Amino acid sequence: MDKTIRFKLNGKEVAVETSPERMLLWVLRTDLEHTGTKYGCGEGYCGFCTVLVDSKPERSCSLPVSKVEGKSVLTIEGLSKGGRLHPLQQAFVDNGALQCGYCTPGMIMESYALLMRKPNPTEAEIADALEGNICRCGTHKRVIAAVRQASGALKMKVVDHDAR
Amino acid sequence: MTPVRIKPRIKDDEYAMSGPDGRGDEMSLERREFLKLAGGGLVVFFAAGDGLDAQEGGQRGQGQGYPDDPNAYLKVGTDGRVTGFSGKVELGQGTLTALQMMLAEELDVPLASVDMIMGDTAVCPYDGGTFGSRSIKYFGPALRQAAAEARGILVRLASTKLGAPEDALATKDGAVYVLKSPSKKATYADLIGGKKIEVRLDKKPPIKPIAAHTVTGKPTLRSDGPAKVTGEAKFSGDIRLPGMLYAAVLRPPAHGAKLKSADTSAAEKVPGARVVRDGDLVAVLHAKPDVAAEAVTLIKAEFEPSPSTLDNGNIFPHLKEVTARTDVVIESGNLDEGAKLATKIVEKSYFAQYVAHAPSEPHTAVVRIDGDKAEVWASTQSPFRVQQEIAKLLGLDVPNVRVRAPFVGGGFGGKNAGAQIVEAARLAKIAGKPVQVAWSRKEEFFYDTFRPAATYDIRSGLDAQNRIVLWDYKNYHAGSRSSQPVYDIPHKRVTGYGGGFGGAEGVHPFGTGAWRGPGSNTNIFATESHIDLMAETAGMDPLSFRLANLTDARMKKVVQAAADKFGHTFAKAPSGHGYGIAITDYLGTYLATMAEVAVDKASGHVQVLRVICAQDTGEVINPEGARMQIEGCITMGLGYCLTEEIRFKDGAVLTENYDTYELPRMSWLPKIEVVLVDNPDLAPQGCGEPAITVMGAVVANAVNDAIGVRMDMLPMTAARIKEALAKK
Ligand code: FES
Ligand code: FES
Repeated sequence: MDKTIRFKLNGKEVAVETSPERMLLWVLRTDLEHTGTKYGCGEGYCGFCTVLVDSKPERSCSLPVSKVEGKSVLTIEGLSKGGRLHPLQQAFVDNGALQCGYCTPGMIMESYALLMRKPNPTEAEIADALEGNICRCGTHKRVIAAVRQASGALKMKVVDHDAR
Repeated sequence: MTPVRIKPRIKDDEYAMSGPDGRGDEMSLERREFLKLAGGGLVVFFAAGDGLDAQEGGQRGQGQGYPDDPNAYLKVGTDGRVTGFSGKVELGQGTLTALQMMLAEELDVPLASVDMIMGDTAVCPYDGGTFGSRSIKYFGPALRQAAAEARGILVRLASTKLGAPEDALATKDGAVYVLKSPSKKATYADLIGGKKIEVRLDKKPPIKPIAAHTVTGKPTLRSDGPAKVTGEAKFSGDIRLPGMLYAAVLRPPAHGAKLKSADTSAAEKVPGARVVRDGDLVAVLHAKPDVAAEAVTLIKAEFEPSPSTLDNGNIFPHLKEVTARTDVVIESGNLDEGAKLATKIVEKSYFAQYVAHAPSEPHTAVVRIDGDKAEVWASTQSPFRVQQEIAKLLGLDVPNVRVRAPFVGGGFGGKNAGAQIVEAARLAKIAGKPVQVAWSRKEEFFYDTFRPAATYDIRSGLDAQNRIVLWDYKNYHAGSRSSQPVYDIPHKRVTGYGGGFGGAEGVHPFGTGAWRGPGSNTNIFATESHIDLMAETAGMDPLSFRLANLTDARMKKVVQAAADKFGHTFAKAPSGHGYGIAITDYLGTYLATMAEVAVDKASGHVQVLRVICAQDTGEVINPEGARMQIEGCITMGLGYCLTEEIRFKDGAVLTENYDTYELPRMSWLPKIEVVLVDNPDLAPQGCGEPAITVMGAVVANAVNDAIGVRMDMLPMTAARIKEALAKK
C-alpha cells in the first residue's frame, strides 16, 4: 500500500507517495530524481549509496524509506551552496581524489559524517571510517589526503541542513 | 608543484561530457549535419596529406583510421571557445583532461576555454574503442596534428587581415599577433566571425616542439572533478527520459542453462508491471527499477541444467586439454642449444584464477527508438562498435543510431562487451518506450567477461656465469601480450596456446575478455616470478640478477630509478625482509616496481606495506593524471594479487557480490610512491594499464622473500599461503 512519506531532503520538505518498504536509494534516484547517490551492490558492502540521515551515515540501498519519515536526509546534491563547492568537495577536487567518480558521492558523504563526529581525524581514523567504501579505481591514497586537507583547512562547518 | 586548475565548461546544448538529459534534440546527425550542429565555427577543408597514425581500432572492426580532416576533431566557436571531439570515452582514466591540454597547447588557447565532447557517435570522429592505454598514444597525435593545422589556417587568415607575412606572426591565448608589435592582433573569434571558411593547406604544419610547451607536461587537476564531487556528473543510469521504463530481466541460474518454462502470472499482478518476452529474453518493465527487480523474482521459471562441469579445481587440467590453437609468439636461437649451454635448469608451472572487472558502475544502457532512428546512452568503452551492433539488431541505418557514452564508472576492459545494450534495445523495441537496463551487482558478476584463468609452464636455464641461456615459455589461454621476456636470452621460444584472452569455443564456461593490462598481468606474474626463482638458483639477489641479464639501457635506467627510490638493499631471497621486484615493458612503457610486504604466518595474511613504481611513459601530457593512473593501478592490483577470484561450478557463478569478492579497501593501502622517469623525446606511451601488470609478480616475489614460499597461483589468498607454509 502506498503511503505519503514526508522528510527533509537537503533542507527542503519533500513528500513521496510510495510503498514504505521501498529502499531510500531508489526513491531518491527515481521518484525524487536525485541521481547523485549511486547503486553499487544493494547490500551494504560498497558505500556508493551513502547518505546522511539526521547526520548519521546510512546505506540508502538498505534503508526503507519509511525509516526516514520526519527526518533529515542529506545527499551529495546538498553539500555545495550557491554554486560553491563545500570545502570537503573542493578537497576531493584539489587532491584528485576521484577517477571515474562513481564512488565519490558515497566517499564524500561518509567522510562528511566522519568530520562531523571528529573534526580532526588521523589518517588511520579516516581509513577506518572509509573501510566500508569501495573504490575500484584505487583512489584510496588521495581520498585520505583529501579528507585530511578538509579537516586541517577548515573548521568543519557542520552544515545544519535543518536550518538552511 | 601545485597542479594547474582548469574548469570544464559544461555546455548544455551539446551535453559536453555532462551527459545527455534527453531533451528533444536531433536524434541522429550525418556528417554534414554535424557541421551545422557544430555551429558557425571554423569550417575548413584540407588537402589530404600523408596518413596519420593508423588507428588501432582498425584491428577490430572496419579498418577505419582516424580522419584526416581537422574539422572532425575540433571547432573554434564564434566566441573563441574551442570544442574538441573524441570518440574516446572518459572511464575515469583522465583522458578528458589530457586531451583538453593537448588541444590548448597546440592551438594556443587558454586551457580554460577548451571544451570536450567525447564518446558521441554523432559528432565525434570514428574510434575503435577506449582500451589498451591507447587514447593519448594513438588518438593524441591525430588531435595534435589537427590542432596544428587549424592554427596554421588561422595564421594564414590573419596574415591577410593584419597585412603581415605568415612568418612574421605568432599565436597566443586564442589570437594571432604580429611578432614585432604584439598589440596588432586578431583573435580566433575575429578571424572566423561565424562564417564558413574553406581553406586548403598544401603542407601540414609541424607540431610544436616539446621545449615550447606551456600547458602539457604541467601537473593539471582533472577537469571533471567539480561535476563528480557534486553528483552532477551523469552516468548512463542517471539518464531520465519521458516515459522511460526500467527493466529487470529473468536470469538463468548458470551459464548454458536454457529456459524451459516461465510462469509470469504473479509478476503480472504487480501494479504497473509489464511482463515482456522475446524468445528467451523475459523481463519485467516498470516505472520504478526496484519494483521491476522485485517483480521479476515472482516469475516461476524452470531451466535445463548447464552442460558445464567445470569448477575452480578442474579448470587447469581442462585448459591444458582444450588448447585450440598454437601461436609461436617469438622464437630465436635453438632450445636444444640453450639446454646444452645450461648448467642449471629451472622449471615451474604457474596458475591464475578468473578475475572480474567489477567496475563500480555496473553495465547500464538506455535505448530510445523513434521510427527509423534510435538513441543509445550506455556505459561502454566502444560507442562506435555499439552503433554498428544496434543498427544491425534493429535493422536501422548506422548513421541513424546515435550512441553516447556519458561518464562511465570504470571499464578496465569489461565494458568492451555490452550485452546490456542489446537487451535494452530489444526491450525498447517491444515496449515502444525508452528502456533502461542497469545490471545488478549479481548480474554484473554473472555476465562479466572475466580475465581468463590461465596456466603456464616455464623451463629455463642458467649457464655457469648465471646468464639466462634458455627460455621455453608456454602460456595457456592468457593471451600473448607481455609474454616476451625483456631480458637478453640467446635461446628462447614463447608459445601461446588457446584463443587469447577472449577465449575460444569450449574453453571457458562463461565470457572472458580483456582485463586492464590483458594477458600481461598474468604473463608478468609467471615470467617475473620465474626470474626470481632463477635468481635464487643462481644464488644472487633479484636486483643484481636482473641487471646482469639486461642490456636495454632505457630499462636499466628505469630499474635503477626504482632501486634508488626504494632505498632498501636486496639480498638473496628469502631474506626474511619481504622485499620484491618486478619489471616490464608494457607496449612501450617501461616500468620497475618494488614492494615491501609483511606476512602473518599464522593466518597467511599479506599486508603490502610499501610500493614504489618507476615508469618511463615517454612524454607525459599530464603528470598529475599519470600519477593517478599509476597509483590506481597499484591499489587496484592488490586485489588480483591477494583476494580476487571468481568461484564457479557447473556453469553457475558462485561469486555474487563484494562480500565474497573482496576488493582492496582502505586498510590495505600501502605507502605508494611514483617516480616518473623523464623521457620527453619519446612520443607519449600508454599509462592506464602498465603499472597494474607487475603487481602479481612483485607481491609474490616479496612474499617469497619474507617467508620462503613461492606462490604459484593468483590470487595469493591467506588460505593458499597458509597451505603452502604447511607444506614447506
Ligand atoms: S549500494 Fe548500498 S552499500 Fe552498496
Ligand atoms: S573513482 Fe572510480 S570507483 Fe572510485
